[in-house]
Amino acid sequence: MSTLTRKAPASAGAARPPRQPRTKPERPIWDEEPGAAAKAGKIVVLAVVVLAVLGPLYTIVLTSISAQATITQAGGLVLVPGEISFAAYQQILSGGVVTRAVLVSVGVTATGTALSMVVSILCAYGLSRPGSFAHTPILFTLLITMFFSAGIIPAYLLVSGLGLINTYWALILPSCISVFNIIILRGFFMGIDRGILDSARIDGASEWRTLTQIVLPMSKAVTAVIALFYGVGYWNAFFNAILYINDSSMNPLQVVLRSYVLQGVSVPGQVDVGTGAAAGPALQMAVIVLAMIPILIVYPFVQKHFTKGVMIGAVKG
Amino acid sequence: MSTGTERQAALRQEVAAAQDSGHSAGSTTAAGGLGAAAQDAGTQDAGGSGGGSTEAGSTAVPLRPKANLKLRFNRDRSLVFMALPAVILLAIFAYLPMLGNVVAFQDYSPYVGIPASPWVGTDNFARVLADPDFWLAVKNTLVITAFQLVFFFPIPIALAMLLNSLVNPRLRAAIQAVVYLPHFFSWVLVVSVFQQIFGGAGLLNQSLRANGWQAVDIMTNPDTFLFLLTSQAVWKDAGWGIIVFLAALSAIDPAQYEAAAVDGANRWKRMWHVTLPGLRSVIVLLLILRLGDSLTVGFEQMILQRDAVGAEASEVLDTFVYYTGVQNGDWSYAAAAGLIKGLVSLALILTANKVAHIFGESGVYSK
Repeated sequence: MSTLTRKAPASAGAARPPRQPRTKPERPIWDEEPGAAAKAGKIVVLAVVVLAVLGPLYTIVLTSISAQATITQAGGLVLVPGEISFAAYQQILSGGVVTRAVLVSVGVTATGTALSMVVSILCAYGLSRPGSFAHTPILFTLLITMFFSAGIIPAYLLVSGLGLINTYWALILPSCISVFNIIILRGFFMGIDRGILDSARIDGASEWRTLTQIVLPMSKAVTAVIALFYGVGYWNAFFNAILYINDSSMNPLQVVLRSYVLQGVSVPGQVDVGTGAAAGPALQMAVIVLAMIPILIVYPFVQKHFTKGVMIGAVKG
Repeated sequence: MSTGTERQAALRQEVAAAQDSGHSAGSTTAAGGLGAAAQDAGTQDAGGSGGGSTEAGSTAVPLRPKANLKLRFNRDRSLVFMALPAVILLAIFAYLPMLGNVVAFQDYSPYVGIPASPWVGTDNFARVLADPDFWLAVKNTLVITAFQLVFFFPIPIALAMLLNSLVNPRLRAAIQAVVYLPHFFSWVLVVSVFQQIFGGAGLLNQSLRANGWQAVDIMTNPDTFLFLLTSQAVWKDAGWGIIVFLAALSAIDPAQYEAAAVDGANRWKRMWHVTLPGLRSVIVLLLILRLGDSLTVGFEQMILQRDAVGAEASEVLDTFVYYTGVQNGDWSYAAAAGLIKGLVSLALILTANKVAHIFGESGVYSK
């Protein structure tokens, strides 16, 4: 086993300036250095995977900010940056269907996420003390809905019976609670040290105060992750709108995206190919980019929270 | 939610890990997280069969249950009130529709409402079961589930093992961040992206034509629709799927690798004899949960592409219910089909959970 007698890996990275020697990754001493072919294979596979995710996003974003001449020259999607123009965004965001749809989506997402978070946090905290009054029946009331859903038809009949068709509430209330998210929050709250909660109670804090001043500040990471899940759910919701909204002026962005990109409806402004007008592909891409921007903005901040747990687990080994 | 169960297990895992980091309360590891998932499944079974269910680790002050009901209520009433809004929302939007399924036994008309619609017994069910379109939807659903089980399910496992073999934690974190991302895109967005790349006027055909080749039409070809569906699902969710396997991998004791290496096992032998056995319980659990969820396949994905490829290839149970009911107004008929689907799914899920519980326990606790 030559691997066991291999020198400590400090020499492996000697070519590089040793800026932070402490954080430099180390291969365990028993692990043999992979062969050149294996290394190359790994790099190729991972590069393909990363490219498969980022490549399409790159060309879509680039096309959306390309000038008409560049798009015509490329024959459609742009791979090599040419002349940059934000005409497409100016055009779709200066009033009209897309602007409206963005406002609808932002409004529904903000209201819905806030409502969902309040209801879910309260419920999760209320259920975080096994043995409390009616704890088990309430928990089962929640859990049963994860295993049997009534189906589309009764759901539609209910929403129309409540008179919510063609209201924004139809996009919020039916999907307001995810039992699954509540269970995650509850699991986290249950893991909080009892001693802290007990000392708060001894100091005279009510349950509300314990929740808002002690539990929530301790749960920022999990709350952020759950808020991301709810927010993404509302932002991405498409079928609810198809089902419950008939008034096209109330359509959220996902429905508009579908009609422009998948159903071939032309984006307003696309027909008048004036000198200042943006090209058709650029307009379509701009709508696609609008639909992903909020996710791209929020994701990096929250993503580290759900990776962190896994990574710490990995370090602990 | 085509990968709902995976997501579910994955998230339980994260929370377990997050607790771990946040409080160092105990050694909540991957095995612990999955154990919790299995335990939940077991608890659910007990509830389904009406069994008594008391959670382990109850910390409340024991009181004589009946005599002190009022006392307990007074002590815990803020907790009950906190849970109330969620319960009310569920009662309205989850339980009330369950009752709404009575329209499956009626000849329902929206103009007269449920109370006045005539009762027809099980006629609707007989009609559904005799309908070749219904069986086409069943066939498509099962074919898609089976296909994705073969061509989707193993990918996150392989990817997780590959990522886990990277030594540099920063590189690993960066790649994770990239591959998780598409999970948070909507289906409309994913299908739109595919349309832009593979569609008639997409990037692929653009470069084929530029080089003088014949354009291929992938987005509207019913024969290759299965591949298209699966590759969309892989693009969107395979990266997210690795999260649970990564957690399980990190729970494998490195001493096992070291011992194997000292005994002369090479890289592949270590993978076969240490890594895969370490993942076995997770794989079995997710596989069984996915089987329990077989009747649910990419509903939004189908609706979005049905116009392009036609109903023959894209009709699944959920779309069948939607089009016959909401689009054609045959409410009772569609409700009957939906109810059949719901009940069969329930049976599958309960069976799968039972099996998962058995496997999970033997896989996680008694190694």
